[in-house]
Amino acid sequence: MNTPVRRIAIAVMVMIVLLMANLTYVQVVKADDYRTNAGNQRVLLAEYSRKRGQISAGRQVLASSTPSPDRLQYQRRYPDGPVFAPLTGYYSVIFNSSGVERASDAVLNGSDDRLFGRRLSDLVTGRDPSGGNVVLTVDPAVQRVAYDQLTRKGYSGSVVALRPSTGEILAMASTPSFDPNPLADHSTNKQKAAWAEFTGADPPVLINRAIQETYPPGSTFKLIDVAAALSSGRYNPDSPLTAAPNITLVGTRTTLENYNGNACGTSATASLREALQRSCNTAFAQLAADLGVKAIRDQSDAFKIGQTGQTIPMPVAPSTIGAIPDVAALQQSSIGQRDVALTPLQNASIVATIANGGQVMAPYVVKEIQSQTLDTVDTTQPDRLGQAISPGVAQTLTELMVNNENSYGGGGKITGVQIAAKTGTAEHGNDPKNTPPHVWYVAFAPAVNPQVAVAVLVESGGDRTNLAATGGVVAAPIGRAVIAAALGQGPR
Amino acid sequence: MAAPTDAQARTPATPAPLPTGRGIELLLLAFAAVLVTGALVLVEANQDQQLSNSLLFVGLAFLGLFTVGHFAVRRFAPYADPLILPCVALLNGLGLVMIHRLDLAYIASAKALGDDPPTEAIGRQVAWTAVGIVLFIAVLWVVRDHRTLARYAYTAGFLGLILLALPGLLPASITEVNGAKIWLRLGIFSIQPGEFAKILLIVFFAAFLVQKRELFTSAGRRFLGMEFPRPRDLAPLLVAWGLSVGVLVLESDLGTSLLFFGIVLVLLYAATERVSWMVIGLTFFVAGAMAAYQLFGHVRVRVQIWLDPFADPNGAGYQIVQALFGLGTGGVGGTGLGAGRPDIVPFANSDFMLSSLGEELGLIGLAAILVVYLVLITRGLRSALAVRDSFGKLLATGLSFALALQIFTVVGGVSKLIPLTGLTLPFLSYGGSSLVANYALVALLLRISNAARAPLPRRPAAPAVPLAEAGTELVERPS
Repeated sequence: MNTPVRRIAIAVMVMIVLLMANLTYVQVVKADDYRTNAGNQRVLLAEYSRKRGQISAGRQVLASSTPSPDRLQYQRRYPDGPVFAPLTGYYSVIFNSSGVERASDAVLNGSDDRLFGRRLSDLVTGRDPSGGNVVLTVDPAVQRVAYDQLTRKGYSGSVVALRPSTGEILAMASTPSFDPNPLADHSTNKQKAAWAEFTGADPPVLINRAIQETYPPGSTFKLIDVAAALSSGRYNPDSPLTAAPNITLVGTRTTLENYNGNACGTSATASLREALQRSCNTAFAQLAADLGVKAIRDQSDAFKIGQTGQTIPMPVAPSTIGAIPDVAALQQSSIGQRDVALTPLQNASIVATIANGGQVMAPYVVKEIQSQTLDTVDTTQPDRLGQAISPGVAQTLTELMVNNENSYGGGGKITGVQIAAKTGTAEHGNDPKNTPPHVWYVAFAPAVNPQVAVAVLVESGGDRTNLAATGGVVAAPIGRAVIAAALGQGPR
Repeated sequence: MAAPTDAQARTPATPAPLPTGRGIELLLLAFAAVLVTGALVLVEANQDQQLSNSLLFVGLAFLGLFTVGHFAVRRFAPYADPLILPCVALLNGLGLVMIHRLDLAYIASAKALGDDPPTEAIGRQVAWTAVGIVLFIAVLWVVRDHRTLARYAYTAGFLGLILLALPGLLPASITEVNGAKIWLRLGIFSIQPGEFAKILLIVFFAAFLVQKRELFTSAGRRFLGMEFPRPRDLAPLLVAWGLSVGVLVLESDLGTSLLFFGIVLVLLYAATERVSWMVIGLTFFVAGAMAAYQLFGHVRVRVQIWLDPFADPNGAGYQIVQALFGLGTGGVGGTGLGAGRPDIVPFANSDFMLSSLGEELGLIGLAAILVVYLVLITRGLRSALAVRDSFGKLLATGLSFALALQIFTVVGGVSKLIPLTGLTLPFLSYGGSSLVANYALVALLLRISNAARAPLPRRPAAPAVPLAEAGTELVERPS
């Protein structure tokens, strides 16, 4: 019976060859499919056990990976978690990532092409591959002041500070904030607990209000109206506008009134300067109706409102002035209500543009990319997006804003520094007359050769739960403190 | 008077002693030990970055056990095939390394979750290996001649049947684990009696077929150019088929069912040299498979998962999908021992041992392991060719083919060549019953190979009587 045994031996060999052929199919032909399949956790886990680059600003490390004794060889740490969380974001095994951690992931995990030389040398020398570092434009001192100012009174809100000449983001605070550390914990239970706490928080903490949320800008939008008016050539700061306490919107019976129903000054007319200083709604409703929808829309487009796909490198929610179907809608929109909604970053960018002689600079937060050995691989170049207004109009607007600031009350005035500013108090919600308004303060300083532009937003009137909250009282002191810090005059 | 030189010339010269192959075996065992130790060091280096006590424990246990095994072979089966034991040692050693490596992973993930660390599987598996070696030696010691087994064929068959049927008949509370009723829970440990039944039934079928061989080969009629057996001679095939179906119905164990049927079919073919048996058997198989598909939900589910595991990657298809991810991530070269994530795959150290090995050792490593299996199986089949008695031939063929078929179903199942069945990789996977039973199997193979390679027992030499002194014989002339 040796013949069948021999045949059986051949059959066994055929079986083994079949297995090898199939394994070759699985491990060679289909390997990439399986390796990169979304359901395959291995790629992710491998990434989490690599030394990730650090995020720093100035001389301060905001996020870094330190060796840890467990299997995910590195522990991500955020030394000043909540202060910088809107910038750094978090980095979690289970819940993915956000902020710079997400936007600059390729650099931080080392896969970015700009780090190619580094990767090659890692490969040759057999060193564990590690990520590049990201240096932010942020001034930690300014960021801290912004955060402290908002949290001191428990405000929900946001502060953005820009360098007008470049678009560098000096501070970007959002409160209430969260601590990214527990989300990066290697214990899955701790991660889940933190996630449940953060996602359940009210007001929300994981959202970066500066770039992910839009708010009605209220009177701060009047800067756009003035810019359009001055650019039209038909107006100057002394042009007379109505001083009536209320007007009827064109083509409707709806009336629009000034704050508290006051007249705009004592005369029958108010100058453009006075109207902006007193923030008279009726004057701007009249002005907008005169300028027309196109002029206002063109002007806001020139300031890059409505720009989509903007990244800093985190994606920024697009701001909008709404559809504006008729003149009545334009009149409401001209005072920053109706469908107008801006991110705090957008509002900061508008005043930064005025401060920069009308030139729009793209805001950015990543200053440099460094290799693992801290040598600079790439530096972000400031990006001019266009001229929103002429330098002359910018100059005039600056004078008007200086005039505003000098008329405003509120605390925190800085001696020796001339600020140019505009406040805003925006109604919102389903019952606007009985909801504390969002309050704004947008400003830049010094008026001559500006070094910093800020936008401060405090949601729902901050601690003034009554309806009397205004930008001047609640938001202005925060803006001034941030400006002082940016100019090196605040607590360092 | 005869001259003394005459007598000398007539006495056959003492032949040179046949090479036993024990030296080669020792050398190869040492080689296996070096490979296993190397693998262990790699795991430790990649996992702990330091060499721990477990290295010493696993390493010394391995060395000790196979030294004992080797000397038992020297003592009880000196002419046994020298390649079989080193193959087994290498496979078992790699299995231990992988089980230890997965222990480390499970402990680490338990730590990350804040749970209590799970009990390590490696201690148990080393203990089971020791039990396996003891049984291995016992079989070599007790079964001095494999032909004696034929005498106990019916006892073996009866015992095998009982062992096979036991889990199916006993209440599920003590026999069911993960949906398959193939266990016997005996207090602190559980065994799968089916693994032992497999060997006993092979012994029975080999002896039975040798006995009735004439019957199956002589009678029959030709049809389509093939000699078909008489219907009443189909009985053994029907019995095997019934057994397989019984296993499937009572124990929901697709793998064992398949294994039995395949082994009996191959034994029938080897005994009768008739292809017609294979044709009939495969017809039975197809009929049975189709009926099973129609009747049993769990068979249908298995087939659907096989056809498209990605239809439900987080539900029914989860295991096989994860196994494919592991294999795919390993690619050609593998991630390196201790550097992958084999613990993501469920049952990574038992049913899905293959994907664990494939992830960390890659296609190259799996091909090497399959070649080691192939060497083991072909050495068994070679013993079947070389051994002189029919029972030995059939027994060695059956045992070797049992290994081959099991490897095919497991590797093919995990790599999606065929539907997945719940069998374990011989010697590699975690699990006591399979390991111990396979040691008994290998002991029998060694015993047969010893008989095949040992020098022929010399016939008692006829008394050398000088012709001159021999008595005369009367040769009657036919009239």
